[in-house]
Amino acid sequence: MDAILLQFLNGLDKGGAYALIALGLTLVFGTLGVVNFAHGALFMLGAFCAVTFNKLLSLEKVVAHPTEKTAWGTPVEIRTPYVEAWLGDFGAFLVNYSVPFSIIVAIPVMLVIGIVMERGLIKHFYKRPHADQILVTFGLAIVLQEIIKHYFGANPIPQAAPAVVAGSADIGAWLGLGDGLVYPWWRLVYFGFAAAVIAAVFAFLQFTTYGMVVRAGMRDSETVGLLGINIQKRFTVVFGIAAVVAGLAGVMYTPILPPDYHMGMDFLVLSFVVVVVGGMGSLPGAVLAGFLLGILQSFASMNAVMSIFPGINQIIIYLVAVVILLTMPRGLLGREGVMEE
Amino acid sequence: MKQMFNREPFALAAFSLVILLMPIWLTPFGANYPDLLQKFAIFAIFAMGFNILFGLTGYLSFGHAAFLGVGSYAAVWSFKLFTMNVLPAIFFGVAFAGLFALVIGYVSLRRSGIYFSILTLAFAQMSYSLAYSVLTPITNGETGLQLTLQDPRILDRLTTEAGDGLPSTTLFGLSMSGYSGFYFCAVVLIICFFITRRIFNSPFGLTLRGIKSNQNRMGYTGFNTRPYTLTAFVISGMFAGLAGSLMAVTDPLAGAERMQWTASGEVVLMTILGGVGTLVGPMIGAWVIKYFENIFSSFNKATLENFYSFLPESLQEIAVSVSGLFVGEGWHLTLGVLFMLIVIFLPGGIMEGWRLLLRRFGGGSGNKSEPAAVAQPAE
Repeated sequence: MDAILLQFLNGLDKGGAYALIALGLTLVFGTLGVVNFAHGALFMLGAFCAVTFNKLLSLEKVVAHPTEKTAWGTPVEIRTPYVEAWLGDFGAFLVNYSVPFSIIVAIPVMLVIGIVMERGLIKHFYKRPHADQILVTFGLAIVLQEIIKHYFGANPIPQAAPAVVAGSADIGAWLGLGDGLVYPWWRLVYFGFAAAVIAAVFAFLQFTTYGMVVRAGMRDSETVGLLGINIQKRFTVVFGIAAVVAGLAGVMYTPILPPDYHMGMDFLVLSFVVVVVGGMGSLPGAVLAGFLLGILQSFASMNAVMSIFPGINQIIIYLVAVVILLTMPRGLLGREGVMEE
Repeated sequence: MKQMFNREPFALAAFSLVILLMPIWLTPFGANYPDLLQKFAIFAIFAMGFNILFGLTGYLSFGHAAFLGVGSYAAVWSFKLFTMNVLPAIFFGVAFAGLFALVIGYVSLRRSGIYFSILTLAFAQMSYSLAYSVLTPITNGETGLQLTLQDPRILDRLTTEAGDGLPSTTLFGLSMSGYSGFYFCAVVLIICFFITRRIFNSPFGLTLRGIKSNQNRMGYTGFNTRPYTLTAFVISGMFAGLAGSLMAVTDPLAGAERMQWTASGEVVLMTILGGVGTLVGPMIGAWVIKYFENIFSSFNKATLENFYSFLPESLQEIAVSVSGLFVGEGWHLTLGVLFMLIVIFLPGGIMEGWRLLLRRFGGGSGNKSEPAAVAQPAE
């Protein structure tokens, strides 16, 4: 029972990451009709926003220790981050919370990156075949990846979660299942965060006039355009939002998986599978499939399952994708007429 | 002149000459060492085969590296179990890749467009994961499959005693390393070119083009398109298997990383770069990428400083640090940029650029009346 619950929880945050990336992918597909292979790179850029922010905050200077002295009577020198030296306790707090605070930096940065990308490159590819879109964004993903590799090196750069949530939560005790069921706090935070972001995106599309117009545009952009609305501009903003969602997913994932330059590609393939399983262009489908596949994957990694089907954890996602694609051509919640030549 | 080029024996002779003389005409480019020449030939076969599916039929497969891997594994197993002769190895490589392609193609071709791409990607990633972990008894997991001294090599044992050390791959006694390996691959490449040319000019090839331009319309005219697409898929899978087994011939080991999806992406890049749907385009694309990979990645700071030595010192420093981004470790950046530029500005690839050049500069000299005979770039 414990083991099953644990795997379920494990699946939730993996599924959260899949769902967030797939949400942006499918949003871009549904609005702009573009198959964006550089979306994984946006996830990676988000993660490196967190790395950069952390690096900036931890720039150090050498100061004298206030009390300790060496044997010769000179003060012991210690290295302190500038922010801490300037702002005291608040500075230390900032450094400690660098990952969640990176969100504040990442939102505008990713929004700008997304909009520049759409205006600079993607917009020229609306009318081109999907193969061309795949190829040019794949090229862009390689370029972004190499730039990051050049500046940050090829090694993963671990990021620490804030000290408050560094440990594990004793979930077993809460639920009265006895101890033994502990779970890292940050993963719970990540799940909560993913749920909040997904809710925010849905709320934006569902309850604001802006979102309503975007949804109308997803159905029939020509008619919306004829009504005198600049739907293209709104779609550009939607691309920016998709980039922000992917970036935030990357920022918050850094304590779970130390970011490196190819994390985007690793997640990209999986999230494409998620999008297709959920149905191209369907937002609830992407979220559903993201969590479903994440949870399935973590169940497949259980020892009990692995002893019956060795290696199943590696292929379960693809296996499910193949079965679903062959039995339900549109994916789980796909709409009719999307991507059907 | 153009008439002459279109005649079968002449085209074949010209092509053979170009391929077989590669060690000579590649010398000024610094690419005439056997290791790279072998890669040129092998990846040309891979890209040519991929083009039969993508270029002719219009199905973008993101999982073709799986067939490359299967071909490699089958060839190495043939070396281990039967004989060091390369012909059975190639036979097994092609046969297993063909069977594998038949199964995957049968399932994947039920869908088209991006769903097909994702399906092939899913199958290839599954094969990669299986080869990496579960099928360790067959694939030797992450270490990769290699020859060992304990291999049975049944057929070889009938005639010769086991010597010290690992035997090398042979073609009836002729060792397949260095230039002889290259010439063997080159001959195979010429045969493949011949086959591809025949496919391009046959009614079958025409049907495939029809499927690419409008599959529905083909259906309405009474064609059952499925057997044709499946045949194209299997043929291109067999080409990939052939390329994989040739890799094992020149260097008898096989690893799972050959099947990774980035390897599938690479062959897509080659085909696009050269020119989708053209006969020799994919081959040229493969050469350009392999050349970049081998030559550019070996440039270091000293080479660059030497290259920019004519500049004043401050300019030289800037030039070195800027171009240093694009060579050596960062050659992938060059690849990505080149790739984007090609897709954005020259969707027909290098072959399209070549035609544009011909039209611009050769337009006045009488041979401009050749628009219909050239292959259409991919749409």
